[in-house]
Amino acid sequence: MTTNTMVALRSYTVTGSPASSVNFDLTGISGYTDLVLISSAMASSGVPDNLMQFNNNSTGNYYSSTFLSGTGSSALSARESNRNWLSLDSYGSLNTSNFNIAEIHIMNYANTTTYKTVITRASNGALGTDAIVGLWRSTAAITYITLLPSSSTFAVGSTFTLYGI
Amino acid sequence: MPTPFLLNGILASQISGHLYAGPAGAFDALGSVTLSGTQASITFSAIPQTYTHLQLRYIAKNAYSASNGVDDPNFSFNTDTTYTNYRSHYLEGNGSSTFAGSIQTSGTYAIGAGVARSYTGETNMFSAGITDILDYANTNKYKTVRSLGGADYNGSGEVHFHSAMWMNTAGIYQIDINCGAGSFVAGTQFSLYGIR
Repeated sequence: MTTNTMVALRSYTVTGSPASSVNFDLTGISGYTDLVLISSAMASSGVPDNLMQFNNNSTGNYYSSTFLSGTGSSALSARESNRNWLSLDSYGSLNTSNFNIAEIHIMNYANTTTYKTVITRASNGALGTDAIVGLWRSTAAITYITLLPSSSTFAVGSTFTLYGI
Repeated sequence: MPTPFLLNGILASQISGHLYAGPAGAFDALGSVTLSGTQASITFSAIPQTYTHLQLRYIAKNAYSASNGVDDPNFSFNTDTTYTNYRSHYLEGNGSSTFAGSIQTSGTYAIGAGVARSYTGETNMFSAGITDILDYANTNKYKTVRSLGGADYNGSGEVHFHSAMWMNTAGIYQIDINCGAGSFVAGTQFSLYGIR
């Protein structure tokens, strides 16, 4: 049978005071192939990157990324290897005046036989735009997602919505 | 919960499947194939003409044993394998350099988005891609396809943008996904969605 999908699972808006991180506990969520996380975020200060971690894994250097970016004047490619986080932007990073928009596709998140590949499109209208393929070298099913800026905090008004596909 | 894909049988070097049929929404799962062994191609057939767009989402890996020479997966529509009917442009990054180009006369039918190579050190690593087939049922225009995908291997990898055109006004009722050089390995998964 045809199955209606892309279901909104969780949503979080930073209100009151800035947030140092945003967490999605996937307990009780099942039956989806991929997850899509839409982040619309601003930093409280500076120009930090938007970062992601899975299952509270913040040690061991299990994350890596390949970037394709546009800076407004040139296209370039870069790489991060053996990190403790997955970078969700490069030139389209967070800042204090424009919302960074990131569309993050976490492919086969519950698969227990492969490492997890993440495809991200991120942009900041004032800074640049990125396409990123990231890898988390773990075969564990993803049960917990953490978003955090590389410095500073997420500003009030930042929104994060998680969908299941 | 998405219904497991029902296999339609193995046809020579390809695998095919029934499409789901039932209640409709704005973003419907139409079918999915997860390989349990190596296969050179995957086919989605009898695609309903009732959606506005299609989206293919996949993780894939090539069984090719060498570290180079691996083609991207490529798509053909309605069994049309005349490569001059397809045109593709791409922008790619490999971690240090960017590349752009076009494909028409190479024999690649449509588009791709980076299949992971299979050799020691890339165990468990699959490429991933998302391909949108826009206005696929419209019979008044050529069909436009766009794709974002790639693979990261912790120290190497690629990220790709592709856009492509199939120069035919027919509605797309069949998609053949070909691995290119080699075959897809077990664990490769392609899922097809219809967008209202």
